[in-house]
Amino acid sequence: MSTPLINTHGIWAIYRFEMARALRTLWQSLAAPVITTSLYFVVFGGAIGSRISSVDGVSYGSFLVPGLVMLSLLTQSISNASIGIYFPKFTGTVFELLSAPVTPMEMVAGFVGAAATKSIALGLIILATSALFVPLHIEHPWAMVAFLILTSITFSLFGFIIGIWANGFEQLSFVPSLLVTPLTFLGGAFYSIDMLPPVWRTVSLFNPVVYLVSGFRWSFFGKGDVSIALSLGVTALFLVGSLIVVAWIFRTGWRLKQ
Amino acid sequence: MNPILSVKGVSKTYASGQRALEPVDLEINKGEIFALLGPNGAGKTTLISIICGIVTPSSGTITVMGHDALRETRAARMRIGLVPQELSVDMFETVLATVRYSRRLFGHPGHDAHIEQVLRDLSLWDKRNAKIKDLSGGMKRRVLIAKALSHEPDILFLDEPTAGVDVALRRDMWKLVHRLREKGTTIILTTHYIEEAEEMADRVGVIDKGKIILVEEKTELMKKLGKRQMLIALQEPMDAVPGDLAEWHLELADEGHTLRYVFDAQAERTGIPSLLRKLAELGVGFKDLETSKSSLEDIFVDLVEHREQAA
Repeated sequence: MSTPLINTHGIWAIYRFEMARALRTLWQSLAAPVITTSLYFVVFGGAIGSRISSVDGVSYGSFLVPGLVMLSLLTQSISNASIGIYFPKFTGTVFELLSAPVTPMEMVAGFVGAAATKSIALGLIILATSALFVPLHIEHPWAMVAFLILTSITFSLFGFIIGIWANGFEQLSFVPSLLVTPLTFLGGAFYSIDMLPPVWRTVSLFNPVVYLVSGFRWSFFGKGDVSIALSLGVTALFLVGSLIVVAWIFRTGWRLKQ
Repeated sequence: MNPILSVKGVSKTYASGQRALEPVDLEINKGEIFALLGPNGAGKTTLISIICGIVTPSSGTITVMGHDALRETRAARMRIGLVPQELSVDMFETVLATVRYSRRLFGHPGHDAHIEQVLRDLSLWDKRNAKIKDLSGGMKRRVLIAKALSHEPDILFLDEPTAGVDVALRRDMWKLVHRLREKGTTIILTTHYIEEAEEMADRVGVIDKGKIILVEEKTELMKKLGKRQMLIALQEPMDAVPGDLAEWHLELADEGHTLRYVFDAQAERTGIPSLLRKLAELGVGFKDLETSKSSLEDIFVDLVEHREQAA
């Protein structure tokens, strides 16, 4: 029996397993984002947005779309990937992953690949839902897709780390609900940071989500709060940082192995 | 013959400071059934978890079919299958999906007649489309065995395979183990049921408090350490063993109704004929005689107690 250089069957097994988990709850996976997005449009687009004519020359309804996609993308990437690795730890089935001839990076490829796939699909569903409410305008479609993929992978990786870190279900929801959601709300998902007083504008620049939302919005309207290069740089930095943490986790066996 | 698995100086101290395993040396031969026997908490699961890559050893080396298990992890792990003690299996998957998942995870394509064969061998083929949560505990354990066998391992670890298992499954499991051995699979099982080791194993290793106390062919072990005893059921109960019988070191049991004589079955002179003559001489009447051989269980208890006294 030969030893393969890359265990493609193993990566594929994890990927399929994770995708099957989502397909089992396909109805929730589809219905939840569609309903949530619709609600945001009703509340922010309809009720409040009618009093705000436009932001930077873009109608407020359209202006909301990139922020809404990002909001769901971040929280869903994190929760998808974190549950994916936390659940085997919780049920004990992680023994099989640890004893399998699968390298850490192959394991990450399977888990994060599946979580990112789900997030990308989710982002596209939200975009499609948005199109029902407002005219959709995408100036740089390829950049939009690239941002969608890059953000999904980065935050799935971040979620994977949280899943390994978490020792209980409350910790699992702690980061998405108490850190990521506030940062996204304060990250210009629903407004341009130019609308803030100067002090808060400066504070906002320390929020990494600002750069994600801004870059993503740039791909739609050709302009953002910060330059596209800076947006890309911060996102890439976050990706690299997450990769380093994952590599460290597997080298030390932290929270995975005794 | 080169051992198929070789463990050298492997020890484990957990982060809590608990010393689970003293440096252990162990060699397993190809095609044998090896039973690791020891009480709960002796370090059995820790040792096999280290060999399978689930626990990181504090020291030592492990060689699996010539591959360093800590460096060439892929090559070593592809050859090992593990059936854990706990019923850790994904409840929402079907039997077929979860077994196929295991086969892929260990580097094989998923579609294979081998999966069908394994499921048929374990009487799981009819249940292949059932969700695991709907299966009984015994069936779940069969699924775990099927998962471990899905990638045709050369070495199979069974951690407490029959703990909490019904009689039918235990019998099936023993049959399966023998069938696997005939195909050349090396099997290492941990157990605290001595009858299981006695029934299945070719060699037995006794582990206690993180140390392997002894490794021996099962038959040798029984021969070397096995004692026989004779129980003499008396017609009239005794208060004490008569002084004339001192040379046989008899004990009184059953409130003076029984005399017990322990003798070495391997010795040239068992002392039985002379004892019986002496009893007749003294006019001690008896209703019944019964001799028995000590089981592996007695040997084991002896060994562990000896060590406790020595410590």
